[in-house]
Amino acid sequence: MSEPTSRAEAPDAGELTVEELPRPGRFGQFGGRYVPEALVPALEQLDEARQKAAVDPEFTDELARLHATYTGRPSILTEVPRFAAHCGGARVVLKREDLNHTGSHKINNVLAQALITKRMGKTRIIAETGAGQHGVATATAAALMGLECTVYMGRVDTERQALNVARMRILGAQVVPVEHGSATLKDAINEALRDWVTNVATTHYCIGTVTGPHPFPEMVRDFHALIGEEARAQVLELAGRLPDAVIACVGGGSNAMGIFHRFVPDAGVRLIGVEAGGEGVESGRHAARFASATPGVLHGAMSYLMQDADGQTVESHSISAGLDYPSVGPEHAHLRDSGRAEYRYATDEQVMEAFSLLCRTEGIIPALESAHALAGAMEVGRELGPEALLLVNLSGRGDKDMHTAAAWFGLVEEGST
Amino acid sequence: MTTATAGVEDVLARCRAEGRAALIGYLPVGFPSLEGSVAAMRVLVEAGCDIVEVGIPYSDPLMDGPTIQGAAAAALAGGTRVDDVFTAVAAVREAGGTAVVMTYWNLVLHRGVERFAADLAAAGGAGLITPDLIPDEAAEWTSASDRHGLDRVFLVAPSSTRERLEVVTSACRGFVYAASTMGVTGARENVDADARGLLERVRAVTDLPVCVGLGVSTRAQAAEIAAYADGVIVGSALVRALAGEGELTQRLDTLRTLTAELAQGVREGNR
Repeated sequence: MSEPTSRAEAPDAGELTVEELPRPGRFGQFGGRYVPEALVPALEQLDEARQKAAVDPEFTDELARLHATYTGRPSILTEVPRFAAHCGGARVVLKREDLNHTGSHKINNVLAQALITKRMGKTRIIAETGAGQHGVATATAAALMGLECTVYMGRVDTERQALNVARMRILGAQVVPVEHGSATLKDAINEALRDWVTNVATTHYCIGTVTGPHPFPEMVRDFHALIGEEARAQVLELAGRLPDAVIACVGGGSNAMGIFHRFVPDAGVRLIGVEAGGEGVESGRHAARFASATPGVLHGAMSYLMQDADGQTVESHSISAGLDYPSVGPEHAHLRDSGRAEYRYATDEQVMEAFSLLCRTEGIIPALESAHALAGAMEVGRELGPEALLLVNLSGRGDKDMHTAAAWFGLVEEGST
Repeated sequence: MTTATAGVEDVLARCRAEGRAALIGYLPVGFPSLEGSVAAMRVLVEAGCDIVEVGIPYSDPLMDGPTIQGAAAAALAGGTRVDDVFTAVAAVREAGGTAVVMTYWNLVLHRGVERFAADLAAAGGAGLITPDLIPDEAAEWTSASDRHGLDRVFLVAPSSTRERLEVVTSACRGFVYAASTMGVTGARENVDADARGLLERVRAVTDLPVCVGLGVSTRAQAAEIAAYADGVIVGSALVRALAGEGELTQRLDTLRTLTAELAQGVREGNR
């Protein structure tokens, strides 16, 4: 596990200078709207629609009703003492987003964006997906609301997350495997953007994380902010105090922004994001953006970006498809540079250890993405000791990862899968 | 301060004086090789391209269809670097052509906007076409291009509102790039329907030359668009000619023939 990085240790941003203007959609120097002009009217329409919806009871009541009767909110808090014994004896509570309908936090954002799609008079929704969780959530919302749905997924990911491909197709979505580039999440986003720029008149692009052009990072965060709002009240109820640290995994960073947002004003609460360390930062095969990357633009937003000497995107690697992305949500970049949040990484090996521990000590099978947060909790707990109270976002369940886990732990006979 | 020679506006004015539209041809540097791409750009100049649009291959070309994506991936796999674009631009200048560079924004940002502008001006490039940079995010590029006398070509699309057309055209210098259809690069059978309407709306807000791109691949399409646009931009069709089977010399001949046909096309527009 890495040492936390801070601004002082940040990699040199080179000659990059960006005027810091008080523009909408900026988090410090990060964010913005780096897109083809053809998409600007759709982004403006979306920004207006989501701002109107936020203060329209017809929308807010309907979303609240769906979350109460369909998503299964509020999600519960589970204290995990047997797992916590491996976290330096710190007290550990999990926010159980894995118990939401469709098995992850992704449904929070998707139901809201699907409602907005209908409010804008659009009939088709498209999405990118890495682990498949966002794709499944989007396919689910499309089925519920009668929208046509296409999901783009890298070929590599369709193979390692075959169960989710079947789920999406059963729900009526068209799943398009993307062959080019690294055939993972970033290439799926490229293809979704190409579809969007072609079909924008009828189609909403339901981005699944807190990245992309404005207003996506802000909007997706707001649709997940109920995670932190619920969890803060639940922790106060359970322990009578705020947690010492809130820990979440960070790919694009939607579950982390969702749980962090309400705690940002609580200066005494450490916000800790855990990135995918893959095979180790020194191996070059990882997705630990804050450990190695410099500012750059990808998919419409300025943020930290894994790139080569020319600014070409460098392919990331993680055992978890959902964290396998070379950039990160722009608000995370700002929280990191401003010092409000800290970011570490966990290697594939550490993640699989944490994954196995939670399964065997608590009977909860986490998603491999969420297991990064658990690995982070094991380390932070050991640093802070038995007095500490840690809140960990268990963003998804691990059913989809059985194939990967069985192969890692040698639980399946050769040739039987 | 350096000043780039032969701005695109001069070229477009000359074409207009000749009573025709300009032909603008796109090719990515490094495809099929650095030398091959430079040779191909020389062919464009010799066969009648008024302006050569030199593309820089990028890892995530989200405005490009399969043809240019494939060429960019091959160029990157072959070791093409951003530096190579300046070699190609200088070669186009040497051949007597005018070169503008087409690039996704991160490659400029990463080099440093000021450094990129200085290098481009030094190589004799006329300016930049930026498919994923909108004027709202272009403050740094605006001042760098002013300092180095470079043209700034932003895009408009059929979806652009009048307000956006005003924002974009007032930020452009050289010409306005009008995307004929909603979508990515690649040959299409019909490009006229949206393009004509967009041209009328652009003309209502600017006196700058307006060039039409996306989807144009034949002499007949070039002629059709030349009837109302100041320039016709062709990309994927040229890349496809260069990507064909056989020896490079044969493919360069195919490219020369196609370019000459398109150059005829832009002279056949009934203006």
